[in-house]
Amino acid sequence: MTDKQTILAHLTAEQDAAAGVEHGIKADEWERLVSRLGRKPNLVELGIYSVMWSEHCSYKSSRRHLAKFPTKGARVIQGPGENAGVIDIGDGQAAIFKMESHNHPSYIEPYQGAATGVGGILRDVFTMGARPVALVNALRFGDPSHPKTRQLVSGVVAGIGGYGNCVGVPTVAGETQFDEGYNGNILVNAMAVGLADQDKIFYARGALPGLPILYVGSKTGRDGIHGATMASAEFTEGEEDNRPTVQVGDPFTEKLLIEACLELMATDAIQSIQDMGAAGLTSSSVEMADKGGVGIEMNLDAVPQRETGMTAYEIMLSESQERMLMILKPGKEGVAKKIFDKWDLDAEVIGVTTTTGRLVLKQFGQVVCDIPVAPLGEDAPNYDRPWTEPKKRPDFDITKYPEPKDYGAVLVKLMSTPDMASKRWVWEQYDRHVMGDTLDSSQSGGDAAIVRVHGTNKALAICSDCNPHYVAADPYEGGKQVVAEAYRNLSAVGALPIAITDNLNFGNPEKPATMGYIVKSIEGMAEACRALDFPVVSGNVSLYNETDGKAIPPTPVVGGVGLIDDLSKTATLKGAQDGDALVLLGEAPGHLGASLYARTWLGLKGEDLGPPPPVDLEAEKKNGGFIRSLINAGLVNAVHDCSDGGIACAAAEMALASGIGVRLVGNREPEDKRDEACLFGEASALYLVAVSEAQLRKWDSKGFMPGRLGVFGGDAVVLETGWGKAAPEFAVKLADLRAAHEGWMPGYMNAV
Amino acid sequence: MKTAVIVFPGSNCDRDAHDALLKATGKAPAMVWHKDGVIPEGTDLVMVPGGFSYGDYLRCGAMAGNSPIISQLKAHAERGGYVLGVCNGFQILTETGLLPGALVRNASLHFVCKPQKLKVETANTAFTSGYTGGSEIIIPIAHAEGNYYADGAMLDRLEGDGRVAFRYARGENPNGAARDIAGVLSENGRVLGMMPHPERAMGGAECGSDGVRLFDSLMAAA
Repeated sequence: MTDKQTILAHLTAEQDAAAGVEHGIKADEWERLVSRLGRKPNLVELGIYSVMWSEHCSYKSSRRHLAKFPTKGARVIQGPGENAGVIDIGDGQAAIFKMESHNHPSYIEPYQGAATGVGGILRDVFTMGARPVALVNALRFGDPSHPKTRQLVSGVVAGIGGYGNCVGVPTVAGETQFDEGYNGNILVNAMAVGLADQDKIFYARGALPGLPILYVGSKTGRDGIHGATMASAEFTEGEEDNRPTVQVGDPFTEKLLIEACLELMATDAIQSIQDMGAAGLTSSSVEMADKGGVGIEMNLDAVPQRETGMTAYEIMLSESQERMLMILKPGKEGVAKKIFDKWDLDAEVIGVTTTTGRLVLKQFGQVVCDIPVAPLGEDAPNYDRPWTEPKKRPDFDITKYPEPKDYGAVLVKLMSTPDMASKRWVWEQYDRHVMGDTLDSSQSGGDAAIVRVHGTNKALAICSDCNPHYVAADPYEGGKQVVAEAYRNLSAVGALPIAITDNLNFGNPEKPATMGYIVKSIEGMAEACRALDFPVVSGNVSLYNETDGKAIPPTPVVGGVGLIDDLSKTATLKGAQDGDALVLLGEAPGHLGASLYARTWLGLKGEDLGPPPPVDLEAEKKNGGFIRSLINAGLVNAVHDCSDGGIACAAAEMALASGIGVRLVGNREPEDKRDEACLFGEASALYLVAVSEAQLRKWDSKGFMPGRLGVFGGDAVVLETGWGKAAPEFAVKLADLRAAHEGWMPGYMNAV
Repeated sequence: MKTAVIVFPGSNCDRDAHDALLKATGKAPAMVWHKDGVIPEGTDLVMVPGGFSYGDYLRCGAMAGNSPIISQLKAHAERGGYVLGVCNGFQILTETGLLPGALVRNASLHFVCKPQKLKVETANTAFTSGYTGGSEIIIPIAHAEGNYYADGAMLDRLEGDGRVAFRYARGENPNGAARDIAGVLSENGRVLGMMPHPERAMGGAECGSDGVRLFDSLMAAA
């Protein structure tokens, strides 16, 4: 179509309910749309409603449940509802962060899907005036033996690296796990953290009428049209044909956009600002208009376009990357254009804010859309989906299974299983050191990354966590554990946990069983957030993660941020010295339900795995405070959160990181006949500490009862079992353990 | 010592270079914009930082090698000024012809970021006098195109003239570079290009402090 009249006729043709269905608008939503609008929409209007009311943009299935999260706290400057969350880190500074998924695009086109996921989350952060200082990613792939897995891992990792490395923001932490439940629907969740001065934070809200609307960045093309709608539907086999709906990233332009925006933000020119993410120009303009209570009128002929003959429909729904929309203060067009010109970026005034409360769009001089703004945003559908409470699993009974003959072999197997094996192959492809402030990254294998606040003696600790096996086993307890683990990981490096961002990945919310997992895990997470004073400040919901009717394991990921006031007072899992005691802080573990041991050594699945360990939030809070006080006082040499694989795996990780062996005995009760639970059992509120005798004498551990489990030294991990001198012990040479732990991933990736 | 850092739009180690030079010299370097910037008169050292100068969608450094600022950089080098090109900066210096050879895709085909063991090949240069010749140091690397290539005759000449400043430690070549070469000097010994990032090894972070002596060496020379 190139003839203007033909295009206009096509765009303004009245649509019917059937066209609505094609756009993902269900019958009841169609009724709502027509009644709100007072007439049937034309094509442009229908396209706009369809993306704004998509699950991805409207949170229509999760909104009422997300409201259960605590979002306020003494250090919270901005909670959910803006581009990212903002916390107070003292001295007039703020940390700004968010996590977001790019699951569907990454499955269809792994490199570009993952790359643009990184780009999108970076924009969410620098849109608010923050310089991005750290990237984190949480990745979940299908079974390693699935024919697509290797290629997906390879593409996603290259895409994340390709984007982050070029933009020049270090990728400092992350997690990579494998499970057959993700065979047809991988998860790519990316988190960005930025720093800003508290008096230089920019919001999407605050628009006033009569102000110019400036479009900045890449030209608009036909890529990514209807990406938000795609992200809100189930997959079917052969969905790879959707490749044209995946956007293509340009990290160089993103870098220019970061620098140019930060330069403009240093002046007083911006009234409100929003990046063009999902649903592009539509959501950015509607959200700013809605939050500011104003109308918007835009001339789409002024939008910089990459191709000729684009229609208003395509321009409004394109998800071309590296674009921003801002509402300028009066008379600031010149200042803005000069800065963007310096950075060789397109910047055009494409419209003006109005008092009408309507979104009015013109193409070729004719109005092609005229609809009220409010129903698109605040008044979007908000469902109370039916849900059923997941059944409790019966207790896990270890006596049904034979005791292993060689506990050393168990340790080697667990430490080299895909979920636990070293991910060096992944993180060596990420620039972890650019910007010069990375004090501890993935390369130490630690619990949380430590990134200095540039030019200060402070640092942020950053982590991401989720154990989907716990959530699948019991969404409420599992949800609590997700938050508690982030709390532990931050505490384990000496940071005060401040707030989290969440990324809730689930299947189809229209299925009551799936909705039950969503509701209960949110409630569990919310309970932990409240108990630990660890509010949610931003987040993202990714639903419809299903292929051919099969949902992914419930995977509510959190990204945690904590504050370290004094850089000299941190700990990592590295640093155990010869002769240090291995001390356990926390109640003895012993839960093998849903554990790594049950999954990997016993090979159990589903119901047979039993329930996860219960989470004692009081103990989390108390032990977290104690471990931070020990680190603060310099009374530890190394600290590690004890999670997957229990004490034995956590101690082995400390030994590998420190390059020194360790001899330990499980925390065994006299009546115990077997050692699986005390060596590999999992629980909550547990930390392992390497500590010298001199340090230990200074501990004020009243009420904590630290348990001495062993001593560091030698060149092997030695697991003692049983009681008395005759009891067998199992030694694994550190070199052998390292070879197994480091060997799995490169062996797997290089196998073809 | 008076220093300057060239800033391309896609440079991303420019701030790191700035901070390292400030730490080493006590004075902030001039930050010179690629389009219309001017290398200040009396500048002793120009640093060409790492990053992705113009996106590097073409060949790394190819566009930067033809950017407006390059004529000033060449004039500075011809005057006998010091030039330090790190990572993308090294790639750019080979593109401009200030250094011989080229940097091609890593043999692994992957980007690689890690603390890298290097051998200081010679302490007899303005950049390395603070080290002990033959000693091993750790400087981090982060690149996808760091595989140094030159023909055999050129490699022989570089080695014969003592123009190989750093090599990757034996058995630890991360990118397939010819003869394990990590950094090379110009004929007059005043232009150094290297893939490892000394500006990231200035102490206080994960990458150690072995880069400090490189800047101290330059301070002593200038």
